[in-house]
Amino acid sequence: MQIKDLFSKKKYATIPSERPKRDIPEGLMNKCSKCGTIQYSKELEKNLKVCSSCGHHYRLNAWERIAMTLDGGRLTQYDEDMESVDPLTFPGYEAKLEQQKAKSGLKDSVVTGEGTIDGYPVVVAVMSFDFFTGSMGSVAGEKITRAIEAAHSKSLPLIIFSTSSGARMQESILSLMQMAKTSAALSRFQGDGGLYISVFTDPTTGGVSASFASLGDYNLAEPGALIGFAGRIVIEQTIRQKLPDNFQTAEFNLQHGQLDKVVHRKDMKSTLSKLLDLHGVKKEESIDAE
Amino acid sequence: MPNELPFEKPIVELRQKIKELKSLSVGKGIDFSEEILRLEERCKQLEEELYSELTPAQKMHLARHHQRPTSLDFIGSIFTDFIELHGDRLFADDLAVVGGLAKLNGIPVTVIGHQRGKDTRDNIARFFGSPHPEGLRKALRLMQQANKFGRPIITFIDTKGAYPGNTAEERGQSEAIARNLREMAGFGVPIVCVVIGEGGSGGALALGVGNRVLMLENAIYSAISPNGAASILWKDASRADQAAEAMKITAKDLLAFGVIEEIIPEPQGGAHRDLEVQAESIKTAVTRHLEELLAMNATELIEDRYQKFRKIGEFQFVSAEKASEPPALEAEAVTLDEASLKKNSGETLEQDKEAAPQIN
Repeated sequence: MQIKDLFSKKKYATIPSERPKRDIPEGLMNKCSKCGTIQYSKELEKNLKVCSSCGHHYRLNAWERIAMTLDGGRLTQYDEDMESVDPLTFPGYEAKLEQQKAKSGLKDSVVTGEGTIDGYPVVVAVMSFDFFTGSMGSVAGEKITRAIEAAHSKSLPLIIFSTSSGARMQESILSLMQMAKTSAALSRFQGDGGLYISVFTDPTTGGVSASFASLGDYNLAEPGALIGFAGRIVIEQTIRQKLPDNFQTAEFNLQHGQLDKVVHRKDMKSTLSKLLDLHGVKKEESIDAE
Repeated sequence: MPNELPFEKPIVELRQKIKELKSLSVGKGIDFSEEILRLEERCKQLEEELYSELTPAQKMHLARHHQRPTSLDFIGSIFTDFIELHGDRLFADDLAVVGGLAKLNGIPVTVIGHQRGKDTRDNIARFFGSPHPEGLRKALRLMQQANKFGRPIITFIDTKGAYPGNTAEERGQSEAIARNLREMAGFGVPIVCVVIGEGGSGGALALGVGNRVLMLENAIYSAISPNGAASILWKDASRADQAAEAMKITAKDLLAFGVIEEIIPEPQGGAHRDLEVQAESIKTAVTRHLEELLAMNATELIEDRYQKFRKIGEFQFVSAEKASEPPALEAEAVTLDEASLKKNSGETLEQDKEAAPQIN
């Protein structure tokens, strides 16, 4: 007998509990990842998916964002059938794409098209973190470039809601070049007087943050959104020191001069509307009347 | 630090053997000349075999070789009358980026490059060639100057990536990269970029929006360093060699993707084996491309650069699902749920024409 056996724990049998587990249907309740408050999903939805207790902005997918932003949730979509290919024949990429499509119901990480905001016509590109962590490959780059070009040729304002982990590794160099492609398109559009409002949502990092998302004539962000270039873990490993708690939040970026304004979700539509008005954008009705 | 890389070991051993035989033949007075000749022949053959079929991982190691020539080495060999200029006029002078005025074949140009250090102390001062926002903004300032005075811009790309640190984030690393991409797209002067070592991510691209992008034979260029990719994909940074294979990072791959215009050959064994020969071949290639670009006016140069990047990317149009859906239901529903929104989304850009898979 060894000494450690003297200290071994006695084994008890477990008897199944008589009390039935409380029967809560899946999806009825939601627990805030920030403060832990449990809320009814219906209630949360009514509150634009913002925690009523701490104000944490839950992540939205592209269609939830569109429903909240565009009049009647109506979008005339561009390039809805565009899908990724596997140009690098990267191990596991095709399977991952299929899995992401099934999971999110999207074909890639961005939805683009036209709609109106309080009657003001706009071209929008809305990214969705639930597809492949919003990563930008050839499809996202091409759809955003086409959206910029459409806004240019139709003389419409452009609004991009970004959320992305950055360039999509599985398309390596082609992903990287989408940064140059989208930025070059913005150079033309903005050079010719086009209005571009960029809205950072949680999280926007890497190649998206370092290209079109940072190039708005106005850069807005939702409260608490993570915005930065390099990931926190990478930075901590590189500089080997603890970073402040608010590091890379929207508020941190506002404080360091990288944003024009942090806007609460309930005020986002009216803020965009106001900016469009201040640029003399004509409402769709008045165009019809002419 | 050894000058030879692990995969070069067979050659090193063979050379050692030859040396031993030579000293033996001198010392003992025995004639080994036939054996030596044979071994030298074998060595040459081995070198040719090895260096003509380098794997992406082996190229990555060559691109990172500590003796590989840096931007300043090439600037010194290719240009004359170089005057280095400093500072971004906003915050500081980032030594990870160097730049200034020089003459190429007698023509004044602006030359800019990432600058790795030559030793540990130098590397610390230069952040191992990883620029902060102020480095990228210095580059931008010099490029704007070039644009104003109508000078061509030559850039050398050689960085693991933009510096990942809290100070860089505070000062807007993302914005600095993004702004360079947009501004470079709009300059009315020729821009020729040469990837001389490692082209890592946004920090590399921020000097890389050129009319022509050339690459040394063993240089690499990717969205994320193979080490970074390995640690994300497999939670193991030491599998960088494997990631290097998967990510298609070599000059040959990038030429096939249309990302670069030309591969500049390296001396056998890598650029560090002969700086002067390498500098000469870069000079010849850059001069040739520059001559073509100098024939264009500002508008043409901007258009040329736009089209270069506009066509990069591969995708397809898949409308098979649409066809299989019952068409009658599509026209009516006007609700906010996702599925019906998609169905009601109306016309898109010439989809039918492009229904077949397309590779751009």
